[in-house]
Amino acid sequence: MPDPATTRMTLRGCGFQLMRGGTGAPLLVLHGANGAGAWLPFMAALAERFDVIVPEHPGYGASDTPDWLDTIHDLAYFYLDFIDALELDRLHLVGISIGGWIAAELAVRNTSRLASLTLADAAGIHLPGVAQIDTFLRTDEQRIRDFFHDQARADEMIARVLRPELEDVAMKNRVATARLAWQPSGHDPHLAKWLHRIDVPTLLIWGAEDKLFPKDYATAYQTLIPGSEVVIVPECGHVPHLEKPKAFVSALQTFIDRMRVAA
Amino acid sequence: MKVFNFHLMPYRHVDLDAIERHGSAWVTFSNRHYDPKKGAETYHEYLDQMEFADSLGFDGVCLNEHHQTAYGMMPIPGVLAGALARSVKRGRLAILGRALPLLNNPLVVAEEYAMLDNLTRGRFTAGFVRGIGAEYHATGVNPVYSQERFAEAHDLIVRAWTQPGPFAYTGKHYQFNYVNPWPRPYQTPHPPIWVPSQGSSSTIRWAAQMRYTYAQTLSPIAVVARFFQMYRDEAEKAGYQASPDQLAWSNTIYVAETDAQAMREAKPHLEALVNRFLKMPAEMLLPPGYSTIESMKRVRAHKVTGKTSSIEDLVKTGVVIVGSPATVREKLAEYQDLAGFNTSLTKTQFGTMPDDMTRANMTAIAEEILPHFRNRLPQGTRAAAAE
Repeated sequence: MPDPATTRMTLRGCGFQLMRGGTGAPLLVLHGANGAGAWLPFMAALAERFDVIVPEHPGYGASDTPDWLDTIHDLAYFYLDFIDALELDRLHLVGISIGGWIAAELAVRNTSRLASLTLADAAGIHLPGVAQIDTFLRTDEQRIRDFFHDQARADEMIARVLRPELEDVAMKNRVATARLAWQPSGHDPHLAKWLHRIDVPTLLIWGAEDKLFPKDYATAYQTLIPGSEVVIVPECGHVPHLEKPKAFVSALQTFIDRMRVAA
Repeated sequence: MKVFNFHLMPYRHVDLDAIERHGSAWVTFSNRHYDPKKGAETYHEYLDQMEFADSLGFDGVCLNEHHQTAYGMMPIPGVLAGALARSVKRGRLAILGRALPLLNNPLVVAEEYAMLDNLTRGRFTAGFVRGIGAEYHATGVNPVYSQERFAEAHDLIVRAWTQPGPFAYTGKHYQFNYVNPWPRPYQTPHPPIWVPSQGSSSTIRWAAQMRYTYAQTLSPIAVVARFFQMYRDEAEKAGYQASPDQLAWSNTIYVAETDAQAMREAKPHLEALVNRFLKMPAEMLLPPGYSTIESMKRVRAHKVTGKTSSIEDLVKTGVVIVGSPATVREKLAEYQDLAGFNTSLTKTQFGTMPDDMTRANMTAIAEEILPHFRNRLPQGTRAAAAE
C-alpha cells in the first residue's frame, strides 16, 4: 500500500495541506464537511492505480482560512487555479458530499483539464419535498450516526474522532461548513441551471440509505448532467467511501476502465 | 440609580411540560402551542403593565427581540414600542435591542428608531444586539457573518442618523445607492445607543471604545462585576474614565412582605424562566461561527444551557434579588457597590407570573425600593468614578 506524502502548499495567499500518493493518472479527491483527515483505506486502494491528490480545503483542518473565502464558488475557482498550478491534465475529479458540490461548481465553469467527474452523495442542489436532516442542529455524535447506515461503523468513528485533542479542528471544520453551506442550506439555487454544461463522463455514487442527501438526489443529478451514470451502494449511508470503501473504489475503477475502453 | 421595567413578554400560558418533553422553547418548538386568544390577552396585559410601570415612577420601560420562541413574544419589538410611544408619558422607552445582523436592510432600524424617537420626543433609547444563536437558526442568516454584519449595519445606521442624506453606501453585506432616511432622529446627534451582551470581551471592548452603555444580561453578580471592570479598564485604555451611567445590569427582582413569602411566591415562575423558557441545546445556542472557537468551548465546557437552577441558587449567586423590602434594598445596594452600575434593567414579570402578582411586585418595588435608590450612586471603591 503506497504511503502518501503530506506537504504544504501556498496558492492565492492561502497555505493549505496536501496528501499525495500512488502513481498513474491524476485523481483529485475533494473531501466532505469533516475535513481531509487521514490517508483513508479508499485513498490507499485508489493509489494502487492513480496519482491520488487530497488537498484540505481552505478553511478546514490544517489549512488557512483566507480573507477571500466566502462562498462555495470561491473554492471552485480556487481548485481551478490549483489544477492549473499543478498542471494536472486528464484529471479524474472526485468530490464527496460538500466536496461534490465544489466539484460540480468547478465542472460547470471549466472541464478542459478533466477526464471524468465523480460525485458521491453530493450537496449542491435542492429537491423540494425530500426529507433531509438539519446537521447544524445535531450534536457531534448524532451527526456521525447520521452518516452511517451500519451503526457499528458509527460507533467506531465516534471512538476515533470525538476526542478532546481533535475538538479544535472539528469546530474549525464546522465553521468552514457553515460559512459555505448554512444559507441557502447545502445548495446553490443557480447550480442546477448550468449542470448541462458538464461535458465529461460523470459518475454518481450514492449510499442507498443516505439521510443527508437521499438517493433522490442521485437521480436529480443524473437528469441534470447529460450522460451521467448512477451507482447506488446498498446498505450504505451518506459516506460510501468510509462505510463501503470496496464498493466505492470498485464503482470508480469500473467506470474509469470502461471510459478508457470506450476511448 | 435608574430603574427600568424590562419585559421579556413570555408566552406565560405555555404548556411547560411540552417544553420539557421537546427539550427547548425555541425554533423547533411548534407554534401550535400558541393560542392566539390567550396570546392577545397576554399582549394587552403586558402592555398595561408597562404603562403601570410608567405611572409608578420607573425611569423607563424596555423591550427586546427574539424569534420563534415561547420565551418572548416580541419578534418585532417596534410594534409594541409604537403602542407604548403615546401611552408611556414620562419614562424612557428602550428597545434592547434590535438584532442587526438578521436584517437584509438595516436602514429599517434607522427609520424605525428615528420614528420612535420622534413619537416620544426624544425619550427613546436605541439598543443594538447580534441576537442569540437560536436567531440564526430561526432566520437562516449565516452565523459566520454575524459579527461582520453587525459592525457594518451599526456603522450604516449611525451614519444614516448623523450624515445628511442622500449618500451612497457600499459595504460587503449591504449596498445602497441612496441613504436618506426620513424622519431624522429627535435627539442630537442620535438616540443613546445601548449594547446588551452575554459578556463577550470583544463586545465589551467595542462598547467602551464607543462610549455606549453596556448592559449585562442574566449572570451572577460576581461575573457582572468582572465584566463591568473590563469595561472600565477598556474605557481607561481608550483614554477616559467610564461613568456608572454607562453600565446597566439586567436583573430580576421580586419583593414580598417576608423573605420566605417572596421565595415561595417567585419560585415556580422564576424556575420556569430559567429551566423551561431559556432551555435550548448547545447546537442551537452556539451555531458555528457565531462566536470564537475559544468562547464556544468555554460555554460548552460549562454546559451553560443544560443545567437546572433552583431559585435558591439564583438568589445565592446574585443572578436575581428576591426577598422582603429590607433584603432587596440591602442586596441591590451591595451589588451596585460591588459592580459599579447606575442602571438596573429589572424584570418584574418573569416566566409564568400572572398579572396580579406582577402588579403587586411592581407596586412594592416602586414604594419600597425605588425611593431609596433615586439619587444613589455606587459607593466605596466605585464612588470615585461616579463623580
